[in-house]
Amino acid sequence: MAEVLVLVDHLDGEIKKSTFELLTAARALGEPSAVVVGPAGSAGKLSEGLKAHGAAKIYIAETDSSDFLTPQVSVLASLVESKDPAAVLIGVSADGKEIAGRLAIKTNSALLGDVVGVSPEGGTHSVFGGAFIAEAKANTGHPVFTLRPGSVEVEQADGAGAEETVEVPAASGRSATVQSREPVTGGDRPELTEASVIVSGGRGVGSAEQFSVVEGLADSLGAAVGASRAAVDSGFYPHQFQVGQTGKTVSPQLYIALGISGAIQHRAGMQTSKTIIAVNKDPEAPIFEIADFGVVGDLFKVAPQLQEEVTKRKN
Amino acid sequence: MNIVVLVKQVPDTYSERKLSSGDHTLDRDATDAVLDEIDERAVESALQLKEANDGSEVTVVAMGPDRATDAIRKALSMGADKAVHLSDEALHGSCAVQTTKALAKVIGTLGEVDLILAGNEASDGRIGAIPAMVADVLGLPSLTHARELTVDGSTVTVRRETDDGVTVLSTELPAVVSVNEKINEPRYPSFKGIMAAKKKPVTTLTLADAGIDASEVGLASALTTVTSSQPKPPKSGGEKVEDEGDGGAKIAQFLVGQKLI
Ligand SMILES: Cc1cc2nc3c(=O)[nH]c(=O)nc-3n(C[C@H](O)[C@H](O)[C@H](O)COP(=O)(O)OP(=O)(O)OC[C@H]3O[C@@H](n4cnc5c(N)ncnc54)[C@H](O)[C@@H]3O)c2cc1C
Repeated sequence: MAEVLVLVDHLDGEIKKSTFELLTAARALGEPSAVVVGPAGSAGKLSEGLKAHGAAKIYIAETDSSDFLTPQVSVLASLVESKDPAAVLIGVSADGKEIAGRLAIKTNSALLGDVVGVSPEGGTHSVFGGAFIAEAKANTGHPVFTLRPGSVEVEQADGAGAEETVEVPAASGRSATVQSREPVTGGDRPELTEASVIVSGGRGVGSAEQFSVVEGLADSLGAAVGASRAAVDSGFYPHQFQVGQTGKTVSPQLYIALGISGAIQHRAGMQTSKTIIAVNKDPEAPIFEIADFGVVGDLFKVAPQLQEEVTKRKN
Repeated sequence: MNIVVLVKQVPDTYSERKLSSGDHTLDRDATDAVLDEIDERAVESALQLKEANDGSEVTVVAMGPDRATDAIRKALSMGADKAVHLSDEALHGSCAVQTTKALAKVIGTLGEVDLILAGNEASDGRIGAIPAMVADVLGLPSLTHARELTVDGSTVTVRRETDDGVTVLSTELPAVVSVNEKINEPRYPSFKGIMAAKKKPVTTLTLADAGIDASEVGLASALTTVTSSQPKPPKSGGEKVEDEGDGGAKIAQFLVGQKLI
């Protein structure tokens, strides 16, 4: 069976969930080979998890290079050349998209970006915030896919996980140099793109302090916290929590919007959620057009009462 | 400094966007078209650098149908000096790799360039990496998703902010930098700017002018093909109630009914 290269996204010895989604999706195309690029010693902690999700091979490229993303691109490009894989799968993230794009240029491959499904025929795109579904096919060998997190249900599978050390080839062009790096640490709440429940706050929340109302409800539901761009721009909440056109695209089982008007650019990031609840004091707010259940009222009254009800039911 | 800004005309995100049923490309007639908001920020960054570095010039580069001139005029009215527009029927339906290579060819016609600026991702795209791809074709370093950008002599430094954290990147010019939506607030074109823009030079290039072979671009030779597309029926609203002191409890009831809690 043909190999499918899967780039492993890892931080401090932990594999990101999106990588398990890639390994699961890869099995529809061939035999997954995990590709680990990182500082010396990073692969050791990862192999168990990769094997448990079906990695038949694990290619390990160790490097202390401070070249920005270039080692990942060069390692994948040389593996594409030497192994002629059926496809390369990379998770959607800022880095993932960039690695995929640069790899497609280097290997002259079809680039199918931000797909929500892969098959031997190609990839499925959800376009314009889910308003359109499009199928696309690759017209080259070894197409490069980026897969949106949360679009594939992770399934475990036994893989041999045969390890093979690979060289990091010298880069062909100049690279940017990494001077420093501060990764965002997850905190205790689930990742936005992985959460099955999300509680989001908008400008209506009014201040950074008052976001505790959003967080309180989220915690009672075991939910992730999201925010509208207006809330982020007003400094109420950090930007990595922004949902929408220029933020994250999410599709949870339940999305609760508090004090969010429902501008088209916000909806583009959340309208494929299974169930949508809205609380807004303006009965005309467009968020109600897509809400399965809406309450016209003050979020500072409604959200705490809902939190209380949820907590009561848990006990 | 010789600064190039890559800009794109996109369907206004405030309007309903469509794919055309024939070849599943963007239905450009169905929607209002605007200069992508993120590109306004790239233009703003270029103008700030120009203001800080005497003798700089800002050139806008766009690829797209004739009506992309509206987006170009907007960038010129903000203060860019001139524009180059790659416009050719044969470009229709080009994939990301083809588009990247075509943009690189156009940049190649501009002589010595110190800095290429762009928005981090187009609001109508799926790739989100064209600036880095252009950089790779040109053999230049790419510093992407800049929230802060400083040029000191020949060194460019960027504070790259993404959902995954902050990375400080630096390199020597020439380089490609893409900006994120938090980098600045783009200026509004002044009346004077709008009038001046009408007289600024806009060079329209055909494929031949840019040295691009027609077989390298377009739907027929694209590396990817969209085989089908379908609108998804929009979600419709459900029940809406006025809060009478029991709004939270009513939501809880609804969630219990849906087995969500
Ligand atoms: C290119 C582009 C990209 C964009 N990308 C995004 C994006 O990714 N994400 C995004 O969210 N936006 C995005 N926007 C911005 C978008 O157009 C809206 O401006 C934004 O979503 C508004 O956020 P909001 O709903 O929080 O604020 P507002 O529109 O100001 O709405 C606040 C709401 O809170 C309600 N409210 C106030 N007080 C209370 C209270 N006490 N109780 C209940 N309700 C209350 C009000 O009735 C109002 O409906 C983008 C815009 C552009 C042009």
